[in-house]
Amino acid sequence: MGSANIDAVTGHRNGDAKGPAIAIRDLRKSFGEQKVLNGITLDVQPAETVVVLGRSGTGKSVLLKLLIGLQKADCGSIQIHGENVTGFDTKRWNEIRKKIGFLFQQAALYDSLTVQDNVAFPLARHTELSLEDRRKKARELLKSVGMEKDVEKMPSEISGGMQKRVGLARALALDPDILLFDEPTAGLDPITAAEIGQLILELQKDRKITSVVVTHDVQGAKSFADRMVLMRDGKVVQEGRFEDFEKSNDEFVQHFFKGEAEEPSRSELRR
Amino acid sequence: MALGWQHLSIGMAGVNIWEGVGLHAAAKTEPRRLLGGLFEWFGELGIFFARVVAAALTPPYEWRELMRQMDAIGSLSVPLVALAGAATGVVLSLETSSSLAQFGAKSLLPAVIVFSIIKESGPIITGLVVSGRVGAGIGAELGSMKVTEQIDAMEASAVDPHKYLAATRILACILMMPLLTLAADFCGIMMGWVAVTLMKATSLRLFIDTGFKDVAFSDFIPPVLKTTVFGFIIGLISCFQGMRTRGGTAGVGRAATSSVVLSSLFVILADVVLVRLILIYFP
Repeated sequence: MGSANIDAVTGHRNGDAKGPAIAIRDLRKSFGEQKVLNGITLDVQPAETVVVLGRSGTGKSVLLKLLIGLQKADCGSIQIHGENVTGFDTKRWNEIRKKIGFLFQQAALYDSLTVQDNVAFPLARHTELSLEDRRKKARELLKSVGMEKDVEKMPSEISGGMQKRVGLARALALDPDILLFDEPTAGLDPITAAEIGQLILELQKDRKITSVVVTHDVQGAKSFADRMVLMRDGKVVQEGRFEDFEKSNDEFVQHFFKGEAEEPSRSELRR
Repeated sequence: MALGWQHLSIGMAGVNIWEGVGLHAAAKTEPRRLLGGLFEWFGELGIFFARVVAAALTPPYEWRELMRQMDAIGSLSVPLVALAGAATGVVLSLETSSSLAQFGAKSLLPAVIVFSIIKESGPIITGLVVSGRVGAGIGAELGSMKVTEQIDAMEASAVDPHKYLAATRILACILMMPLLTLAADFCGIMMGWVAVTLMKATSLRLFIDTGFKDVAFSDFIPPVLKTTVFGFIIGLISCFQGMRTRGGTAGVGRAATSSVVLSSLFVILADVVLVRLILIYFP
């Protein structure tokens, strides 16, 4: 057990002032014969935004799901605010999950609830707020992500970018210490993607939330990453600031950053 | 096996039972894998049931969602169940009328209709109709929630989907089935009378008096209460199939169909056992 500090106002753990908010050690996960994570070690400091980059299928989303207990690791450990959560049961995970917000790749809004009720859903289950107060807080959160005009709409009536904003508002509902983003800009046009990036930046500035962002969007990552991690074959192959990646001589890093094919193309082979 | 195990495949509504329990073509031809797969399915169903019971018994309780599900499962099924019950009443009346006439026992027609409907036709018709409407609905809804990560999102919000989604639906099915059966029984008996009176004018009072003359509570209560078991089966299997959906929209389709097929099948099998038990305990 780590010696975590408790915030007097929110009651949330702020983590050991000296230790990382998230500490991952030699994390491994396989699905049948397929090794998805092959010994990940990573620290995320409090209020830091770490961007996890990598090709599709390298286990980035699985890493996020392990961090919130939606999947179980085969071996290795995860410490959140100094607490080893690896062997937690559902009850103990639920306590940790109240302090972690998760923005899913497709937003994963409940399609039977309105936008406002989606955001109020965690509040109804984990706070003593009255219905009116819950709706008021939901509207405030929706306003903070620029969705105050669409509170009564159903998720199917709004665009993908708007759904991501609502998903973000829902992830913020319980005032989490940690936010996990799974491809927050995937499938969005460049302007909407930049707006989502801007929202992540504002969260860093205003709330000092610890964030882990899984993305393919290298340029977006530049704007909001304190630190970046590049994964390949279930392992971290490079870690550092954006500039370090730009200067890297590693062939894979260069291919990834320039968006080039790793193998020679068929036409090149024919030549 | 010379016969080949694929001959055991039972097709219902265009879907193979084995596929419903997660077994595919290769497994059907190998008895060991088939048995292993079946044990696995029943084992997972048992674990799912234990998780639902544990979640349902832990406060806070989801009363509001339970009410919403009782409305969705109960009130919205009434027209279909009533129609099915009414049709059964008419068919029973028409079919038995000529048979009883052959034996000179046409005066027994009201009693035959009433006994048939309250003891067997009403409960089983309700069970099968609800399996179709509610089973498909639950399987498709939860399957769609699963593949669009809404169930993961719920879990990530520290809300137990076994409590919020499964326990409420299963309980709503259990509570609403006897009421729906009463609706089916009522419509069946009333339409049975209409069919009788169209053949030969009979007052409703006379029909009811002769029909219910020998009916005891033991004829009426156990068959109505046995539908709580049907409700449990429909809710449990549909939630289980929905929440283990994999494979995108095709998976949602499979979940919906297998929910209907498996819950109908288990309702019929449970009926066999329950009828035997009722005959033993309420002779």
